[in-house]
Formats: sequence, structure tokens, C-alpha cells
Amino acid sequence: MTLTLDGVTKVVNGQTHIHPTTLTLQNGTMNVLLGPTLSGKTSLMRLMAGLDVPQSGRVLWNGEDVTRQRVQDRKVAMVYQQFINYPSMTVYENIASPMRLLGKSRDEIDRAVRKSAELMKLTPLLDRKPLELSGGQQQRCALARALVKNAGLVLLDEPLANLDYKLREELRVEIPKIFEESGSIFLYATTEPEEALLLGGNTATLWEGRVTQFGPTPEVYRQPVDATTARVFSDPPMNFMQVSKTGGKLMFGDGQSSPLTGKLRDLADGRYVAGFRPNHVELEKHTADAMVFTATLDVTEITGSETYVHLDHNGVRWVGLVHGVRNLPLGKEIKAYLDPAHVYIFGEDGALVVPAAYALAA
Amino acid sequence: MEKTVNQKAWFLVLPVLLLVAFSAVIPLMTVVNYSVQDTFGNNVFFWAGLEWFTEVLESDRMWAALGRQLVFSGIILAIELPLGIFVALNMPKKGFWASVCLVLMALPLLIPWNVVGTIWQIFGRVDIGLLGHTLDAFGIDYNYTQGFIAAWATVIVMDVWHWTSLVALLAYAGLQSIPDAYYQAAKIDQASRWKVFRYIELPKMQGVLMIAILLRFMDSFMIYTEPFVVTGGGPGNSTTFLSIDLVKMALGQFDLGPAAASRSCTSW
Repeated sequence: MTLTLDGVTKVVNGQTHIHPTTLTLQNGTMNVLLGPTLSGKTSLMRLMAGLDVPQSGRVLWNGEDVTRQRVQDRKVAMVYQQFINYPSMTVYENIASPMRLLGKSRDEIDRAVRKSAELMKLTPLLDRKPLELSGGQQQRCALARALVKNAGLVLLDEPLANLDYKLREELRVEIPKIFEESGSIFLYATTEPEEALLLGGNTATLWEGRVTQFGPTPEVYRQPVDATTARVFSDPPMNFMQVSKTGGKLMFGDGQSSPLTGKLRDLADGRYVAGFRPNHVELEKHTADAMVFTATLDVTEITGSETYVHLDHNGVRWVGLVHGVRNLPLGKEIKAYLDPAHVYIFGEDGALVVPAAYALAA
Repeated sequence: MEKTVNQKAWFLVLPVLLLVAFSAVIPLMTVVNYSVQDTFGNNVFFWAGLEWFTEVLESDRMWAALGRQLVFSGIILAIELPLGIFVALNMPKKGFWASVCLVLMALPLLIPWNVVGTIWQIFGRVDIGLLGHTLDAFGIDYNYTQGFIAAWATVIVMDVWHWTSLVALLAYAGLQSIPDAYYQAAKIDQASRWKVFRYIELPKMQGVLMIAILLRFMDSFMIYTEPFVVTGGGPGNSTTFLSIDLVKMALGQFDLGPAAASRSCTSW
């Protein structure tokens, strides 16, 4: 089974929410829709589910056009950021409700409910009402309802966003395992790059209503097609700086340059944008090739085992993620090191020209 | 550390204490006081013990008034609750017309009881009232000063007209607080309109509906002005509800003792 979006668009009150989008999701795969708030994740999911009809383009299900088909007639299940359960029903009845509405037999319903309750660790709670459960349990109940329906397409719209950190970690590990077996198409929307990497599968990055890239998650992470994708798929966002190529060298400013190696040798002379991830900014010289830049330290944030350093480099803000808890002088100039192997080269239009050497090696 | 003793906070509570004492506690205690005494006027009172209570509890008049009161409250709740929910379900959820509807709904609630009574009293008159005259023209025998059914119908319709919007507004507030995702989820589950109402809207409105029932029951239980203005409790005693009966007893006949006793009984 496949779900294909063929050039679908969504315009609401003259505002384009979804630009023409073409995307094919394969059966039995975990797909992540990664994008910041208001990038159009929910709009795209609503189009896939059939809750909205696209302005143009087609939605194909196994090659069959279902664009005009109502959501009721498609096999779709959806889980939301809010914990949506029927408040007056018990957990058992909640999980059973989609099957009841489909007119399944009592035995079949009972078997399916108990199986998915077991998977979601809800068995001891079957007689409770949703409001007597914790947030995590309520969301498990909603997930069990989505599972039991055996839908071809399961849409998870930021299902863990309203949960606390610990529960989120727990469910994040369980969700791919549970859904792997069911053989449906899964689409998981999130704002967090980390979540996408943990879930694996494929990732589509979304920015202002456009899917900028779709492919296996690690590949999208290592070789983003453009600067926008790299920015979306990096938390904190990727840092950028202007560079130029003249002669046999790539000039980084501050008198720093790097010799051309690998694919960089084919680069034409001209101006480019260099991008590098926060975790590749170093405060000590670790490699012989590392370039050194002078920047003003604005803010440091300590996360426990790591420190975020916010740097001001000639008016451009960089964020670095360095190991250990650092006690650094604020407002003073410090040295930041960057290995050329960690630098992506984008054209001035934002398209990726040469991926970082480390990403190609991986 | 030594504690400083300062009892001046008393002064802050004093205004409330005085207000509640004069507006509630003292009048209530006066009623209780009357209920155990008898008088022949001139402000001379005799101890009567529980005499009035026995009399009131054995009197058909008080039980009849209480019965009428319960039937009235039951009927108006049975009409206003479903009607209010129905109106709320059909009100627009947002936009210009939602505001218009809200204002229209709030209008009857702003009209004082005696004005509502007067409006309906004139509205229902056969000679000059639009409603009365129209019904008469259709050959319907409608006269709230003579017919038992006409009198009850008028009082009930008047209350429904006056207070359904309160239930509607409360139900509307309950409906507005339901996230859109619930409706989406139900749609995906292929739930029917009735099922959406039964399993999403009704449970989510439960809290506000309980408040609506409470408010409407309390208010209707002490209804006085409206039926007093329209029917004066008649014809006969047919629309003499508890409060009207009380006032008749206490002010009309100056039977302070029994009135106070019956008030005390119904309050509990």
C-alpha cells in the first residue's frame, strides 16, 4: 500500500498553507514530518487524512484517486497533541469504539482491545475513565485506539509534545517498535530534530508550506539539499558564514582559509555560504587543520553535561555546543575553532554545493 | 523568634460580618423568632412553641403550594434544559453572527422580573395583547385570568422565554471549550451526529449543565414577581406558588407565625 500526494496545494483565505507538494509514503514505513511550528505539518496531515480537500493536485491510495473521498471512507487513524479520548467511556470502551462503529463482532473487538492494551501497558487500567489517568496513560489510550483500528494510514500529530520529558523518552522508544509490526504507513509530525533521529525511518523536512527534502532520516541529516533543510534539521539551528573561493583556497574571513580537498576541488571561483552545526564548534584546537575565529561570548547555557555558547562573530550569531560545564567570561572575546571537514558549502541561493567531508565518510 | 501578636485583622472582617448580619442572619433569625410566637397585633407576642409548625405541616394549603411549586420547577427545567442545549448547538461558533447571537441571547436576562411579568400580562390580554388577540382570532379559548391551563401555559412560556437563554449561554460556553480535535477524531472514527453529541458534547458540557440545573431550580423555586404580576396566583389558587402563598399569608392575612413556620420548613 502506498499513499501518494501528487502536487497538492492548500490555500486558506488567500494565504498559501501548502505549496505544490509531491510525496510518496510506502507501506510499513515510519515517516517523520519535521518542521517548526506553523510550517504546515498539521495542514499536510489533514490533506492526507481527507479532513481537508486540496485546492489542486491529487491524493492517491495504491494508485487510486481518493482526493474527493471523505475521511470516513478512508482507512485513517489519527493521534493529536491534545489527549483525545471519549470522556464518558472507560478505557476499554474507548479503545473498542472505532471497531464498534465499524460493526465488528464482540469476540474480535475483545481480542483486539486486549492485545493493543497489552502493548500500551493499559491492561490494569481498562475499567478507568480517561480523566482518572495520567497524561501519559491518556495518550497511550489514544494511541491504542489508533492501533486497534488497523488503519492503512496512521497520523501522529506531535503526540508527545504535551508530555513531560521522562514519559516522552519512554514512549518515543516504544512507538517505533509497536508500529513496526502493524504494517501501516506511519507519519509522525514533530518540531524536534532529535525526535526524528530517534524514530529513524524516513524524514520529510517542512519549511513554510514546502517539503524541502524527503529521504531516509540519517541521509537527510547528513546531506541536506539546501540551507533551509539544514536549519530545520538542527537544534539549535545551523550556523552560517560568508566564504569565497579564489585560486586554490576557500577564504573564511578573519584571515582563515582551508585548502581544497575532495569534492571541493571542483568548486568554481565565487562566493558561497558555509554552514556548520553547533556541535562542531570547538573552544580548543583538537585537529591540526582547525581554523580559528575570534568572537564575543554573549551567553552561556548549561544543560548538565554540555554547554551552549552563544557567540557574536562580526555581527552574526553563532551557537556552539561544547562538552562539559564551562565557566567562561561573558562579554569577552574568545577563540572558536572549526574543522574544515565539518563545513557544508551552500550556494548563495541556498542549495547544497558540497556536503561536509565527515558526512560523506559516514 | 518571638511572634508578634496583632489582632487588628478583625477590623478587616468586620464590614463583611456586619453586611451579612444585617442582610441575612438577622432577617432569618427574625423569621425563626416569628415562627415560634403568636401575636394579636400591637407588637405583643406570645410564646407558641411548635404549634405553627404542626399547623403548617398538617395544612393542605402549604402542601398544595409546595406541590404546585415542584411541578412548575420540574416542567420549566424539562423544557429549558433541552431547549437551551438545542439552541446552543445551533449557534454559530465564531464570526460576526456568533457575537450577534450572544447579544440577542443575553437580552432577556437583562429585563427585570416585574417588567417581564408586565410584558406578558399585556401580551396575553385578549382585548389589546398581540398573543391573546391572535389566539382568540383563531378561536382558541385563551384567558389566563380564568382558565387554569391558560394561566399555567402563560407562566411557563414566560419563564421559558425569560430564562432559556441562560441555559443556552452556559451550554454554549461548555461547547466552545471542546477542542476541535475531538470532532476530528470522531469524524475519523465515523461517529454519527448523535454519537458526537452523546459521547463528546454532552460529557464535556456536564459541569456547566449541572450549574444550569442548580441555578434554574433555585431561581424557579423562589419565583414570585412574574406570576404575581400576570396571574396574581390565580385563577383560584392554581398558580399560587410557594412565595406567593407566603406573601398572601404573611402580608395579606398577617399570619406571621404560620408564614414564618412554613418558610422555615421549605428552606430546609
